[in-house]
Amino acid sequence: MRRRVNIWSDFDWVTVGVYFLLVLIGWINIYAAVFNEDHQSIFDFSQRYGKQLVWISAALVIIILVFSLDVNVYSFFAYVVYGLMIFLLLAVLIFGREVHGARSWFEMGGVRLQPSEFAKIATALALARYLSSYNVQINTFKSYWRIALIVLLPSLLILLQNDTGSALVYFAFIFVLYREGLSESILLFGFFIIVLFVLALVLEKIILIFLSIFVALIIFWILNKKLKNFIIALLIFTFSVLILYALNYFLNLDLPTYYIELIALGISSITYAYLAFKNKIKHVILLLMFLYGAIIFTFSVDYFFHNFLEPHQQKRINTLLGLESDPLGIGYNVNQSKIAIGSGGFAGKGFLRGTQTKFDFVPEQSTDFIFCTIGEEWGFIGTSAIVSLFLVLLFRLIIIAERQKSTFSRVYAYGVLSILFFHITINIGMTIGLMPVIGIPLPFFSYGGSSLWSFTVLLFILLRLDASRFELLR
Amino acid sequence: MDSFAGRKNIIRLLIGLVGFIYIIRLFILQVLDSTYKLTASNNVLRYETQFPARGLIYDRNGDLLVYNEAAYDIMINPRQVVPFDTAEFCSILEIDKKYIDENILKARQYSLYKPSIFLKQVSSIAYAQLQEKLFKFPGFFVQPRTIRKYTSTHAAHVLGYVGEVNEKMIESNQYYKLGDYIGISGIEQSYEEYLKGKKGISILLVDVHNRIKGPYNNGRFDEKAVVGSNVISTIDIELQKYGEELMQNLTGSVVAIEPATGEILALISTPNYDPDLLVGRIRTKNYNILMMDSLKPLFNRALMAQYPPGSTFKVINALIGQQEKVLFPYTSYSCQGGYVVGRFRLGCHIHSSPLDLVQSIKNSCNTYYCHVFRSILDNSKYPSVRDAFDSWRNHVMSFGFGKPLNSDFGNELAGLVPSKELYDRIHKTENWKSLNVISLAIGQGEMGTTPLQMANMTAAIANRGYYFIPHIVKEIEGDFSLDKRFYEKQFTTIDSSYFEPVVHGMELAVNGDYAGGSTAWRAQIPNIIVCGKTGTAQNPHGEDHSIFIAFAPKDNPKIAIAVYIENGGFGGTWAAPLAKLMIEKYLNDSISQPYYEDYILNAHLTIENAKKSKYME
Repeated sequence: MRRRVNIWSDFDWVTVGVYFLLVLIGWINIYAAVFNEDHQSIFDFSQRYGKQLVWISAALVIIILVFSLDVNVYSFFAYVVYGLMIFLLLAVLIFGREVHGARSWFEMGGVRLQPSEFAKIATALALARYLSSYNVQINTFKSYWRIALIVLLPSLLILLQNDTGSALVYFAFIFVLYREGLSESILLFGFFIIVLFVLALVLEKIILIFLSIFVALIIFWILNKKLKNFIIALLIFTFSVLILYALNYFLNLDLPTYYIELIALGISSITYAYLAFKNKIKHVILLLMFLYGAIIFTFSVDYFFHNFLEPHQQKRINTLLGLESDPLGIGYNVNQSKIAIGSGGFAGKGFLRGTQTKFDFVPEQSTDFIFCTIGEEWGFIGTSAIVSLFLVLLFRLIIIAERQKSTFSRVYAYGVLSILFFHITINIGMTIGLMPVIGIPLPFFSYGGSSLWSFTVLLFILLRLDASRFELLR
Repeated sequence: MDSFAGRKNIIRLLIGLVGFIYIIRLFILQVLDSTYKLTASNNVLRYETQFPARGLIYDRNGDLLVYNEAAYDIMINPRQVVPFDTAEFCSILEIDKKYIDENILKARQYSLYKPSIFLKQVSSIAYAQLQEKLFKFPGFFVQPRTIRKYTSTHAAHVLGYVGEVNEKMIESNQYYKLGDYIGISGIEQSYEEYLKGKKGISILLVDVHNRIKGPYNNGRFDEKAVVGSNVISTIDIELQKYGEELMQNLTGSVVAIEPATGEILALISTPNYDPDLLVGRIRTKNYNILMMDSLKPLFNRALMAQYPPGSTFKVINALIGQQEKVLFPYTSYSCQGGYVVGRFRLGCHIHSSPLDLVQSIKNSCNTYYCHVFRSILDNSKYPSVRDAFDSWRNHVMSFGFGKPLNSDFGNELAGLVPSKELYDRIHKTENWKSLNVISLAIGQGEMGTTPLQMANMTAAIANRGYYFIPHIVKEIEGDFSLDKRFYEKQFTTIDSSYFEPVVHGMELAVNGDYAGGSTAWRAQIPNIIVCGKTGTAQNPHGEDHSIFIAFAPKDNPKIAIAVYIENGGFGGTWAAPLAKLMIEKYLNDSISQPYYEDYILNAHLTIENAKKSKYME
C-alpha cells in the first residue's frame, strides 16, 4: 500500500512560511523588548534576543530531525512518548527546579527545560493514537474514561507543579473531541457546568438558589406543556417559603435566609415529587435531580474557590469577572499592558521607540506579554497583521487537518490546532484585557527555548504527517 | 465514514469570531480610545521640579537683610522602601520610630508610586550624614530646597515671612503646587511675584521602579529654574534696628518716611518677633505661640492699628481753616483755660493768651482750634453745616486719611474719617451743629488713623502740600520697575503758601523755650531744626497714647516721622524724645544726648514684654 513520495514536494510551504515569519517577527520583538543601549549586538548571548537566536538555530536542527524520522514512528511510539512524558512530569515534581513559584523546570548544565511544554505533543499524539484505534467509538462510557485519562492526567500533574496556565491548555482538546463527534449533550453539559461555575462566583447564594429554581420551573413548564402543573409547583414552593418565614419570625429562630430557602425547597420538592408520582406527571424526578445537582455544584464551587485556590488565583478570576478592580495590584499587569498597546496608536511608535515596554512597565514583556511590544511599536497595523497571520495559520491547519486520509493524522492535526488556538486566544486576550492573566506563551513569539521547540515539534510533526498523507490511510 | 465533517465549519466560525473580536478590540484600544496614550506619557515621564532660590532682600544702603540657606526635604517613594535600620535612620534625622511609621503610611495613602515629602527641611549637617548612607535606605531620596535666613533679628514686620501655600492659593493660582512656598506678609508677600523666580522642570524618563533612565529628548523640553529677583528695600536697617531697640520695652509704632520720595525708612511695630522664628519646621509651632500671645507681636501696628490723631491733627485744621479763608496767620483767639459755650466746656492747659496761629500750634491750644473748627463748619459760604463738613472731610482725606494709602503693603487699614451720614445716624437728624462734632477740632472723637497715615501726613506737611505714596521697596533688580503710582506726586487740597505758618508753629513747638510753652522741647537737636507736633490720643481703656509727629530739617526735609507709644500719656514725654533720637540717628548717625536713650529704655510702660525665650529657636 505504501508508495514512496518526495516529501519535499508535498510539504505544506504556506504553513512553513507563516511559521518562519512568526518566528522572525517574534525575535525582532524580543530584541525590541529587551533592547538597551549597552547591548546592541544581536549576537550578544548574555541578552535574551541573543539566546533566542540560539534557540531558533536549534529549532532548525529539530525540524530536520523531525523530518528525517520515518512517518510511522509518531503513531507507533505515541503511547511510549506519552508514558515517558508522564514519567518526566512526575520526576519534575521531585527533581525539578522552582521558577516563579512553579516547579516545572529541569536544569541540566545551565539549560532549563520545561517538560510540560512537550507534554502537549505527547498528549496530542496519544489522543490521536487512541481515537484512531480500531473499533473505538467516541460516545461510550469506556471511551470517555480513556479520553479523560489521557487528557487530564498530564493536566493534573502540571497543576501539581503549580502551573495553572499550562494545565488549562489541555481543555483545548475539547475541540478535537468535538470534531471527532463528541455528543452535543456532553458539550452542552460542560457548557452548563462552566456557566454555573461563573454564576457561583458572581452571584449571591440566595439569588443563585432562586435563579436555579426559577430556571428549573421554566424548563418544567416547557417540557410538561401544562400551565396548571407549573402554577401548582410554584404555589407549593411559595407557600413553604412564606410559612417558614413566618415560623422563623414568630419563633425567633434567627435562621439565615438562604437556609430558609433550602428547607423550603426540600419540603416543597418532596411534596411535589409525591404529587407527581401520584398523578404520573413526567420529567419531575429528572428535573429535581438536575436542580439539586446544580445547587450542590455551585455550593461546592464556592467552597473550592475559597478553600483550595491560591489567593492570587482567586484574584485573577475575580479581576476577570469584574468583581475586583485593582489597577495597581493584580490588575496592574493588564492595565500596563493595555496602556502599552493603546499608546501604540494606529501606526505605532516605531521600532525600538516603545517607552512602556522598554522601561519595564509591562511585566514579562519578552515572554507572556510580548504582544505589548508589537502593540506599542507597530500600532494597530502591527497587531492586526499578527492576529491575521495567526488566523491564516489556524485556517490553514484546518485545511491540512481535513485533507488527511488517516484518522490519526486528522486527530493530531486538530490537536495541534486546538493547542495553538488556545494559546493564541488566551495570550493575546489577556494583553488586551479580554482574558484572565494565565501565564502561557504566545506560540513562536515568546522568548524561551522550551516553548519555541515544543511548538516547532508540534507543528512539524503535523507537517511531516501531512507530507506523507497519501501513504497514511488509516 | 466521517459523519462529523460539518463540525469543522463550527470550529472555523469560532476561530474567525475570536480573530474578529480581537481585531475590533485592538482597533478600539489603539485607534479610537485616546485615554491610554495620555496614561502612557504620565507613566514613563517624570516631571521633576527644579526649585529656584528666592530673591534676596537688601536695605536701602545695600546691606543684606534676607538670604537663603539650603535645606533638604527627605522624599519617600513608598513602593521602593524595603525594611531598613530604623534606629540609624532615626538618629541621623532626629525623629522617632513612630514618625517613620506614620509618615510611611501617609505617603502610601497618597500614592504608592509617586514620591512625597517624608521629612521637611533637614539641616545640611543631617543631610551630609544621610547622603553617605542613603544607599542603605532604598525608597528615600533628597530634594534640595531653600529656606529663608535673616542677617538680623530686626524688621520682621517689614520683611514678612514665607510659608507653605494653602488649598485656596493653589486654586487661585496655577503656578503653585502643594508644598510650595509663598510670601505671606510684608515684602515677601507684596513682591512675591518677583522674589519667587520661576520653577524649572526637568523631564526624565523613568521605568516602572521609578529609576531614572535619563533626560527625556536630551532635555529639549526642560525648563531651567529662574532665580528670584533681588529686592532692595527702602528700609535703613541701622535706623530700623535703632528704633526697635529703643522701642523694646514699649508698645507702639514708629514710621519714618523720606518726604521727597515717599520711601519708608523705618517701620516699627512693637512688640515684635525674631523673623527666624517663622522659618522652617518650627514655623507652625512658633506661629501658634505668637498668635496666642496677648501682646500680639504678629500684629503690625504701623499698618493695622487705628488711633485718634489727637492734637497733631490741629495742624490739619489750621491748614483747612486757611484754605477755606476762615483763618489767617494773624487770627487770634483768647483762651481762659478752655472752650466754653453755654454749658459746654472743653478744657485747655495753662498758657499765655491770646494766641495767634503760630503760637496756637506751639502751645497746642484746644480753645483756639475749637474756634477754628467751628468757623470752618459754620462758614457762610456753604448752605449748611453738612456741606461745610463735606468740604472739610474732602480736605482731610486729601492727606491720605480714611482710605488705604495703597502702599505696597498688602494689609493696610483704611482708618476712619467720619462722614456726615455717620453723624446723621449718631444724632438721628441732619440738623446737627458744629458744636456736636467739636472733638474733631483737636483730633479726638470719630477719627481713626494708622501710624503709617500719620507719617504720610507729616511728609505732606514737610513737602508743603503733597506726598508720595509710602512704599517699602526702592528697587527690584532686573528689568523691573516699581509701580508708577509711587513716582506720582499726590497733591493735598491745601495751597503750599498756607503751610508756612503751620511749619513755623511746629518749629517753635520743638525749638521754642520751655517756659514759652513749647510742647515738644524734648525733640530738640543741636544744629538741626526739627519741626514737630505732639499729640495725645484718648484711650478709653487706660493711660492715653503718646503721639508725636516731626520732620527735619525744616528746609528741604530728609525725614518725616510719626511715633505712637501706647499708654505713653502726653506726647511730649515719650514720643518726642524717641522721634528726636531717630531723626538724629538718621541725619547725623550720632547721638548728641545719649541719656535720652536710657530715659526711653527705662520707660517700662508695657505691662509685660514678650519674652523671646518662650519660642523655639
